[in-house]
Amino acid sequence: MSQSLDAYLILSGLLFAIGTFGFLAKRNAIAMLMSIELMLNAVNLAIVAFGAFVPALAGQGAVIALFVMAVAAAEATVGLAIVIAIYRNRRTPLVDEYASMRE
Amino acid sequence: MALPQTVPFIGWAWDDLIFLLLAGLMLGAALMVVMGKDIIRAGLFLMLSFGALAGIYVLLGAPIVAAAQVLIYIGAIGVLILFAIMLTQTKAGPARLVFHHQAWVGGLAAIVLALMLIFVIISTEWPNVSEAPAEASTTTVATLLFTDYVFAFEVVGVLLLAAVIGGIFLAKREDSVDPGERDADQAPTLARLESRGVRGGSRSATSEPRRDEPDAGRTTIVTGDEP
Repeated sequence: MSQSLDAYLILSGLLFAIGTFGFLAKRNAIAMLMSIELMLNAVNLAIVAFGAFVPALAGQGAVIALFVMAVAAAEATVGLAIVIAIYRNRRTPLVDEYASMRE
Repeated sequence: MALPQTVPFIGWAWDDLIFLLLAGLMLGAALMVVMGKDIIRAGLFLMLSFGALAGIYVLLGAPIVAAAQVLIYIGAIGVLILFAIMLTQTKAGPARLVFHHQAWVGGLAAIVLALMLIFVIISTEWPNVSEAPAEASTTTVATLLFTDYVFAFEVVGVLLLAAVIGGIFLAKREDSVDPGERDADQAPTLARLESRGVRGGSRSATSEPRRDEPDAGRTTIVTGDEP
C-alpha cells in the first residue's frame, strides 16, 4: 500500500477536500487561513509523491516542495498580518462581518 | 534484536502499517481542524496534522522535505497561527456560530471534489511510474537547488524579504502610544512616513528632525482617533 503512487495521491486528494470544506464553511478568517495551509500541504504531498515515484523527476519533487513551503510561509505571514490589521479596525475576526469591503 | 520482516499477527509490511497510521492521524487531525468549534484546538490539531505529514514524507524517501516540514510548518507557521489566534479572538464572538449558515453546500462541494479526485486518480494510468518510492538524497536535492533552480532560489529569497517587510508594515500599530518608547525609531508610522516623504533622504538625514516630530505626530493621531 505504501508502495503505490495511487495511495499517496488519494491521501493528498482527501486532505485537499478537507481543506476546501474548511475554507468554504468557516466564518473565522484565521480558520480559513488554516484551511488554506491544509490545502497547500495536500499539494505538497502530491508533488513529493510524484517526485518519489517518477524516476525522471528524481530530486526535483523535493526541490519544488521546498519552494512551495517558502511561498506558503510568505503567504501565511502576509495573510495573518492582513487579518490582524482588519481586526484592529473592525474588532472581529469573522469574515461575514467584513461587509463594508464590498460596498 | 532485529524486527521481524512483517508485522506480527497481521502479515503486513511495516511500511504499510506506518503509512496507514500516519494517514489516519493526518486525516483525523485535519478533520478536527475544520470540524472543531474551538479555534485554539484547531490550531494545535493543525500542527499535529503537519507532523503526521512529515512522517509520510519520510516514508516517501524525502527526508529533507520532512525536516523542512517540521521546521517551517510546525515551528514557524504553527506558532504564527497560534499567535494570530491569541491576538484576534474575543469573548464577544459567538462561540457556537463557527460555520456559515450555508456550510452544508461547502460540505457537499468538498465531498464531490474528493470523489472526483479519487475517481480521476484511480482511473488514470500514470506513465513511467516506478514500483517503489525512490530515495531523494540530500546531495541530489542540494545539487539541483544550487544549479538548475538557483534563480528560483534567489527569487524565493527576495519574496521572503518582501513578505517580512509587508507583514511588519501591515501588522504594525499605527497609533502606538506605548509609554515605554524612547527611541525615535519607534515613532508612529504616520509621522515616520511624513518625515520620510517630505525629506525623502536617507536615515541619517532624517534622524535630526525626527527627534522632535514624534510628539507632534502622536498628539494629532491620538486626537484624531479618540475624540
